Amino acid sequence: MNVNPYQPLLATIDEIRLEVAGERPIKTLKLVLQEEDLRKRFSYLPGQCVMVSLFGAGECFFAISSSPTQKGYIEVSVMKLGKVTSALHECEPGDVIGVRGPYGNSFDVDAWQGKNMVFIGGGIGQAPLRSLINYIVENRKKYGKIDVVYGARTSEDLCFKKELSELEKRDDLGVHLSIDVEEEGWKKFVGFVPDNLLQVKPSPKNTIAVTCGPPIMIKFVIQNLLKLGFTEEQIFTTLEMRMKCGIGKCGRCNIGNLFVCKDGPVFSYKQLKNIQGEM
Amino acid sequence: MTTMEKLVLPKLGIRKLIIGMLAEHRFFGPVDDDGATLFKQIKDPAELDLTFTNSTVPPKALLFKQTETLFKFSLGRSVKIDPVDITNERTIIFGIRPCDAKSLAILDQVFKGDYEDPFYLTRRKNTVLIGLSCTQPGVNCFCTSFKDGPASSENVDVLLTDIGEKYYVEVRSDKGKHLIASMKELLRSAKAEDENNVTYVEEKAIAAITRNMNIEGMVNKLDKMFENSLWKTIAMKCLGCGVCTYLCPTCNCFDIQDETALEKGARVRVWDSCMYPEYTLQASGHNPRPERVNRIRNRVYHKFNYCPKNYGVTACVGCGRCIDNCPVNIDIIDVINKAGEAKV
Repeated sequence: MNVNPYQPLLATIDEIRLEVAGERPIKTLKLVLQEEDLRKRFSYLPGQCVMVSLFGAGECFFAISSSPTQKGYIEVSVMKLGKVTSALHECEPGDVIGVRGPYGNSFDVDAWQGKNMVFIGGGIGQAPLRSLINYIVENRKKYGKIDVVYGARTSEDLCFKKELSELEKRDDLGVHLSIDVEEEGWKKFVGFVPDNLLQVKPSPKNTIAVTCGPPIMIKFVIQNLLKLGFTEEQIFTTLEMRMKCGIGKCGRCNIGNLFVCKDGPVFSYKQLKNIQGEM
Repeated sequence: MTTMEKLVLPKLGIRKLIIGMLAEHRFFGPVDDDGATLFKQIKDPAELDLTFTNSTVPPKALLFKQTETLFKFSLGRSVKIDPVDITNERTIIFGIRPCDAKSLAILDQVFKGDYEDPFYLTRRKNTVLIGLSCTQPGVNCFCTSFKDGPASSENVDVLLTDIGEKYYVEVRSDKGKHLIASMKELLRSAKAEDENNVTYVEEKAIAAITRNMNIEGMVNKLDKMFENSLWKTIAMKCLGCGVCTYLCPTCNCFDIQDETALEKGARVRVWDSCMYPEYTLQASGHNPRPERVNRIRNRVYHKFNYCPKNYGVTACVGCGRCIDNCPVNIDIIDVINKAGEAKV
């Protein structure tokens, strides 16, 4: 009972990569827990989250964007928006921050073995999907056909550009990128992600669809998946809310009687459809 | 649950009983603080005011503090975390009302679970609850709506009931038994007359409770009326001041903030309220509960739908504080009874 769940472990920022520049920049921070023993013991699954804190600024709940197949560190991808995320964007390699977790449920990667996978992401929503995609690519043989549908407002706003172009080179999966408005030199899809999804037209047969992005995108992605013949049980998403404790006590991240931090962040559409609550 | 011991304490003995307890415990009891009754630490039994109806601030504040330092840290060249000492002295809360004692049993559910909250739970473990039955319930008391009573000993370690010349003493738990063991010379076995008196006092108190909330079938009913216009009607009146949440004995929402001064700081937990828009406001500007109607509905559902679903208990104990203190007379009894009557 004397373990203090609010007290984070110390981690060093090992590397910072600028994913997206501009007005709402996104950076990926590679975090290494200071204590070797804890570093070895820290295990998680795609979809799980951590509470990252900058002492003096506060804490934020982030999906882990690295895959558990990569050992020894975790990565979070942070869009500069509020007080804590702005402070995190000021950090430099070598800075010390706090990490606690992992929290929440995860994508059911074991149950999905043998299935075709389609990932539909928008903007920073690709962060939790990146963990899952990398995990599944690392375990490529265990899964069927893979399609990555991802879009952002402009080509500059696409997150994880380098990794995506690596994925595009592979012949064992499809990558379908889009941007919202036309740009010179852009030869791929122009339009919103849900429309690109309709064009990619993944077969619902033995397929799991996982989507994450702005709420409005998720809404239309789900509509289009249903149009394509996906059932409620085949559609998954991962949600975010303002959070403080991350462990189901501070109260604010509820949707109905479920807490996103503890009962989520991963929900099937079937589950979500049946909860009454504000998102 | 151990078998209940039935004893009496002559009123003259209460001072000695409390002095005995003061020696080995931090002792909190109801004190008249300029017209408001508050649970405060006392050093002398004379400081207590046992004529109160109930305290303005619920005694949950002694276990789940309004402000709590979770840990301290130092910045500078290297970051260091200084854990805070969570061990806690033996404590007595004397005079807690049965409704407030029940609220602690509800808060236990929240602070236990997969991640235990050591701050609340350590204090809870080291605290003995000496309850004091209500003999004169307040005008907005309705504990009986939840099948509890003004003299319910279920959630205390020892319950005292004022039966005139004496206190009737029920020792309800091992903790209570242990506490009372060294004070046996002050106590007598209860006689048939005392039993009759306590029954009379209890029945009289129950009869004095005139208000009733009908919660039968409320969980299912609320499931069917999330979009009902009732919530809008209540929201029109609500000022969003949050007093109902701050004085509620079962409200447990909190915020966590960093406080810093130069190179030192602390992460601090403070009570928060779901009645404020900032509570759910996201960094992107999106707010899942932007309107007062969203927030007031969430509060009602949290108490009467979500908690029953998650913990098997309604998160209202009928203390009446939110009714007594609402500046615009929103009355939770009316709200729930109207929900019960609403056509769906």
